[in-house]
Amino acid sequence: MRQIAIYGKGGIGKSTTTQNTVAALAEAGYRCMIVGCDPKADATRLILHRKSQATVMDLAREKGAVEELELDEVLLDGFKGVKCVESGGPEPGVGCAGRGVITAINFLEENGAYTPDLDFVFYDVLGDVVCGGFAMPIREGKAKEIYIVTSGEMMAIYAANNISRGILKYAQSGGVRLGGIICNSRKVEKEYELVSEFAERLGTQLLHFIPRDNIVQKAELNRMTVVEYSPDHPQADEYRALAKKMAENRNLYIPTPLTMDELEELLEKYGFLD
Amino acid sequence: MSKIIGLDTNKLIDDVLKAYPEKTAKERRKHLLQNDPECTSSTCQLKSNVKSRPGVMTSRGCAYAGSKGVVWGPIKDMVHISHGPVGCGQYSWWSRRNYAVGITGINSFVAMHITSDFQENDIVFGGDKKLEQLIREIKEMFPLAKGITIQCECPVGLIGDDIESVARNMTKELGIPVIPVRCEGFRGISQSLGHHIANDSIRDWVLGKVKGSLKKSTSYDVIILGDYNIGGEAWSSRKILEEMGLRVIAQIPGDCTLGELANLPKPRLILVHCYRSTNYLARYLEETYDIPWLEYNFFGPTKIYESIRKIAQKFDEKIIERGEKVIEKYKPIMDAVIEKYRPRLEGKRVMLYVGGLRPRHIVGAYEDLGMVVVATGYEFAHRDDYERTYKELPKNALIYDDPSHYELEKFAEALKPDLVGSGIKEKYVYHKMGMPFRQMHSWDYSGPYHGFDGFPVFARDMDMAVNNPSWKLIKGRKK
Repeated sequence: MRQIAIYGKGGIGKSTTTQNTVAALAEAGYRCMIVGCDPKADATRLILHRKSQATVMDLAREKGAVEELELDEVLLDGFKGVKCVESGGPEPGVGCAGRGVITAINFLEENGAYTPDLDFVFYDVLGDVVCGGFAMPIREGKAKEIYIVTSGEMMAIYAANNISRGILKYAQSGGVRLGGIICNSRKVEKEYELVSEFAERLGTQLLHFIPRDNIVQKAELNRMTVVEYSPDHPQADEYRALAKKMAENRNLYIPTPLTMDELEELLEKYGFLD
Repeated sequence: MSKIIGLDTNKLIDDVLKAYPEKTAKERRKHLLQNDPECTSSTCQLKSNVKSRPGVMTSRGCAYAGSKGVVWGPIKDMVHISHGPVGCGQYSWWSRRNYAVGITGINSFVAMHITSDFQENDIVFGGDKKLEQLIREIKEMFPLAKGITIQCECPVGLIGDDIESVARNMTKELGIPVIPVRCEGFRGISQSLGHHIANDSIRDWVLGKVKGSLKKSTSYDVIILGDYNIGGEAWSSRKILEEMGLRVIAQIPGDCTLGELANLPKPRLILVHCYRSTNYLARYLEETYDIPWLEYNFFGPTKIYESIRKIAQKFDEKIIERGEKVIEKYKPIMDAVIEKYRPRLEGKRVMLYVGGLRPRHIVGAYEDLGMVVVATGYEFAHRDDYERTYKELPKNALIYDDPSHYELEKFAEALKPDLVGSGIKEKYVYHKMGMPFRQMHSWDYSGPYHGFDGFPVFARDMDMAVNNPSWKLIKGRKK
């Protein structure tokens, strides 16, 4: 079983990319599980064809305690048998969403969600690694392989660099490694070149460059991945290619995050700071 | 006070510190002192009120302990919520013995433990709604409660709950003051910050907002501030002041109502007993309402006489005269107590380690019994407390600040005191060492020790401990 965590700036397309990749993996015969680590609980919508109402924390709140939950209430089957679970959590501005992620993952572990027949477990984690809770998926014994989704936009690159600093911390204390950068294109000028060089400077690889295509949004509106909604579309092949690369990837890196000066210098080189 | 005790205290300190790594020993050295009562320069000052050193046991508490346990807890007609997980309230429940007149659960809530009992869900989703529900239930179950305080435990601060807005809304909805106290335990380095936070919340949420119980002022009105009525000692203090012809319009916080607490801006004079935990309020009232404050000490006859005269001086001839009459009346009784116990206790050596007041305040009471305090120290005192301490103790006495259990035990082994006075965390260690011990936080479930009523109890208790024949039966006691 390979456990993989997906990080990246908020709104960059982590959930879309993850679900499309997982759909392609499932199509190729791999058994996968997605663990959504975001109180918004939208990391499994395209696989389940609806927004999951049965998040671990929401049900725990309803029943009074997480101990009252049964695994099959929160672990749902989606497209091609992909298992889906959402941590859930508080509405914005209250409580501690990080603790929710910790509670949910502990629940999954204690209740045997990680069955030996699984080939991949994906953790789709909200935005930045703001506190210990959101680093839970990459702590001891969980995901050892991380992919960062970014685009060629400045703030996305900035966030990716910041996340790498978090990974570096856990790489030093545990076995966490960066598997590569996934570029979810926003059609920024010289995007491929910029993200390639950024990946290289981070000491990792640009695993795949996903071109922008409106079919993704269209499929999303129909609560489906492109792989399911329009399997013959070239965009579906992009996700299949990414899935293949990920399945075959054996190159894992300890990132070398850039300093602020280096980062600005890089962005300047590609014409951001005119 | 210029007695000299034959101790090479500096050598003792250095010997005990030898067990520590160099850096620790160097830092701890600053918290240990050979007393020189006459010295006023900074060279004979002790370092205090800083973070405890990790790796050694400290007896300190936390900000929650300082607010819920000490300052707010005894206010009797309010319900004090331990807001957070159950442990903080459960394990500190009723540990301070703050006596109060009233019927528990009806109009007095001091002896009760009420908590929001945080669960995992409350951490993740926030505890504000649960708090609102709890406050409504309190109002329903205890209709005579005059107010509610929210005493924050650590997690409340971590998850950023907005208890202030809950407090404001509930005050409006229920028509009784609901007071938020941000005393999360991780704030500060000891319970001392909790006292300060509690003082500030009284300033911000009670003064000028809650109506005091006092109808009409007189020029003889005083307030006792910083008497916790442990074993009923605020009552024995109050008695003396009333016999002097003064009117005590509140004793804060021991056996005190919210209405009496709100009398704070009303007296002619504020009498401060525990300076450490209430000086913030005293200073504020002086600055804002121009009310003078005076520290006093009702431990042991010498200090009581001194304090009566000091207090009387602040009033008129009539009070001075009545003060003298009070002394005249009680002196024979006190003398009889001394006559009875002094021969049994003369020359006995005492080692103390208490909180923020008694390590200096109670020295006089021991001296009245012919005993000598050879070592003393505080858990959480500040520089101004130590400055008030040096002159109370003999030359060469040992003074320690936030000592570790290791240090205290080593000091006790070397000093071989006839009596150790400290808390429950220390008690049984010294019993096992074969040393007579009295708890000086809780009075070992005895008391009161304040005032004329208290001294005979104090003398009896010390005699019972020191001269208890059972100590001689303990094998292995190093004599």
